[in-house]
Amino acid sequence: MLNVGKINEGFVLDHIPAGTCMDIYRDLKLDKLDCCVAIIKNARSNKMGKKDIIKVEASVDLVDLNILGFINHNITVNIIKDGEIVDKKELRLPKKIVNIIHCKNPRCITSIEQELKQIFILTDEKKEIYRCKYCEEKYKRIN
Amino acid sequence: MRHLMSPLDFTTDELDKLFDLANDIEINPAKYAHACDGKKLATCFYEPSTRTRLSFEAAMLNLGGNVLGFADANSSSVKKGESVADTIRIISCYADICAMRHNKEGAPLVASLHSDIPVINAGDGGHQHPTQTLTDLLTIRTLNSKLGDLVIGLCGDLKFGRTVHSLIEALARYNNITFILISPEELRIPDYIREDVLVSNNIEFKEVERLEDVLGELDFLYMTRVQKERFFNEEDYVRMKDFYILDKAKMALARENMYVLHPLPRVNEISVEIDDDPRAVYFKQAKYGVYARMALILTLLDIHVN
Repeated sequence: MLNVGKINEGFVLDHIPAGTCMDIYRDLKLDKLDCCVAIIKNARSNKMGKKDIIKVEASVDLVDLNILGFINHNITVNIIKDGEIVDKKELRLPKKIVNIIHCKNPRCITSIEQELKQIFILTDEKKEIYRCKYCEEKYKRIN
Repeated sequence: MRHLMSPLDFTTDELDKLFDLANDIEINPAKYAHACDGKKLATCFYEPSTRTRLSFEAAMLNLGGNVLGFADANSSSVKKGESVADTIRIISCYADICAMRHNKEGAPLVASLHSDIPVINAGDGGHQHPTQTLTDLLTIRTLNSKLGDLVIGLCGDLKFGRTVHSLIEALARYNNITFILISPEELRIPDYIREDVLVSNNIEFKEVERLEDVLGELDFLYMTRVQKERFFNEEDYVRMKDFYILDKAKMALARENMYVLHPLPRVNEISVEIDDDPRAVYFKQAKYGVYARMALILTLLDIHVN
């Protein structure tokens, strides 16, 4: 079994559905961080069978957890200090998402004006419904 | 500065004021004949729509203002690849207010975000057509003496018909409105109207397929055209377009005081044989469209006439 060591300071994203860690790496823009990032794919999990884990040696304030809330609010965010878990962050659905998802409505203005930001607004928190700011088309979530 | 993107941009109180103004314009047109002297309306129509454009232009001319603009995308700089944002920045230098129609949904909103002048959404794809809704509301309010306490049937293309979507959203804010939605199964209202507007606000509605079954229950019947351009293939259009035709025989089933509205143009969904029926008010409705747009222009330009 492959072992990846503990981190001393930073945060760990745990319980990521297996095979999706690279999407999260991209969406959280972890490639922009100048720090050590460990990506673990298909780790054994009692709860999930297989899971992905991302360990980041940097402050959690450097990433937008709202985006993670939108992607999958079942992911666990553990804050690490001195090698120990000192806090768990609760993920919430962001009110607004910018340039993370794209409007799929072929009649939307964003389909022809490429420089427009792709903005989605949370219109129903209970049903987790996001709509395109421009055409109000509902974004169909996969999870 | 205010824009109009959706009928919901105005509160019901603000709409009441706007409709009071429209009714006053109808009674006293001379009083408003010079209200917009020296002002210019730009009609930016990326998609042809003679009726709506002329209604806007008539409204501005009635107020003493002038109009400029383009009637389709081919005669504008969009053909050269100019963005909506850039176009409106330029139009802002030339005019005092802009009415924009675009085949892409959300285009007028993009314009409003980059504009120095009020922008009116004059129809954006299958999304919104707020000035048609103002026209419809003004017609209903004038004929019914109030908005509320009524049963309205909406018939025809309820899936792609943006006028229907906007009207349902706008009427849903008034008390005791019952919607009867009459359409073939393929052209029923979209889920977001059913779920987010009707169901979540506990508004009474039913969906039926046969116009004859419900005609006797209605205070207003709002007919719509099955629009060819909203279909992806000709076969579907041909199969559905004649499903719902209002004629003399069907009108005999309706109440004496039921009014028939239509956003126009009609194709054949309303037989010409009922045009002289006093309950057929769709041409009067077009006239109210001019009054509604006049009141809107005055309101957005913040012009008050004593």
